[in-house]
Amino acid sequence: MDDGDQIVKKFMYMNRKTPYGTIYALESLEVVLIAAAFDQDVSLVFADDGVYQLMKDQSTEEIGMKNFSPTYSALGDYDIKKIYIEKESLDERGLSLDDLQDLKYEDEDDDWAEKDSIHLVSRDELAEVIDQQDVVFSF
Amino acid sequence: MAIEVDGQSYETDEEGYLADLNQWRPELATAMADADGAPLTEDHWEVVNFLREYYEEYQIAPAVRVLTKAIGKKLGKEKGNSKYLYELFPYGPAKQACKYAGLPKPTGCV
Amino acid sequence: MAMLHTVNKSPFEKNSLESCLRLAKAGSAVLLTEDGVVGAMKGTKHSKDVADAMANISFYVLGPDLKARGLSENNVAEGIKVVDYSGFVDLAAEHESVQAWL
Repeated sequence: MDDGDQIVKKFMYMNRKTPYGTIYALESLEVVLIAAAFDQDVSLVFADDGVYQLMKDQSTEEIGMKNFSPTYSALGDYDIKKIYIEKESLDERGLSLDDLQDLKYEDEDDDWAEKDSIHLVSRDELAEVIDQQDVVFSF
Repeated sequence: MAIEVDGQSYETDEEGYLADLNQWRPELATAMADADGAPLTEDHWEVVNFLREYYEEYQIAPAVRVLTKAIGKKLGKEKGNSKYLYELFPYGPAKQACKYAGLPKPTGCV
Repeated sequence: MAMLHTVNKSPFEKNSLESCLRLAKAGSAVLLTEDGVVGAMKGTKHSKDVADAMANISFYVLGPDLKARGLSENNVAEGIKVVDYSGFVDLAAEHESVQAWL
């Protein structure tokens, strides 16, 4: 395929639910990984209860479900480098970025230097980012 | 479906992927590859072992593009390209090597 | 007639906990499970409602659901008791009836 002809759209995946109470979080993650093959401009948002998806130290043996939280660390390998966390959602839940996984990507063009994928944004800043998208998928 | 190794039976799905990845043993990979008519070499094992480590860490089998890039970083540029990987695993590096590694079919396998 | 109320939805997503607290009578018990465990945490927007209700309702939270979500028992609000599955069964057996708020 000729890269020059390819239309790159801005796709956003909006995650607003806790990880294990419903199937949404896992489904979203799988869709993101599959869609990453299409070389689009992808960003992820974790807002409202979605911030719980990125909690550190998840341990699901006792509830008999697969712990898919380690998979978020692979997003960088899939060239997903923009992950927005809404600050107000953390505040309302008594959480801070320290409670969440520290997601990074390696910049191939910069000798594989590790860079932060996570961007802490305010509600107003997030509204701006959403406004710039071509497509927003809601989970 | 099932695969027999050393008198023991291991359940697989209809495409030959191991049903329970905790049952995996190196002998299973050897048996699967032998059945496909292409016995495993050191080079194959490098990739199979890499996939198992990747799954252990991230709980997914990587898409082929991700695998290629990661192999290149870990084992050198001459191995981190589709040509090299497809020569080793002609049925598709992610699919075939994941099967030997006892992993589920890769997410994002299109 | 002491009743056990179970809430399995996050108070941020549904008003199940709010309705439960409004209608649960003094002397009853509330057990937070699944996404409901979020309601047991310290320092959230909903912590005060739970603390106020504690005056005459006893609160429990299911440990395995906390662990699954990476929520530490250390961050469970004062006065809420963490129970395991057998504790859940005991609570159900000790109470006259169980009301599930979905």
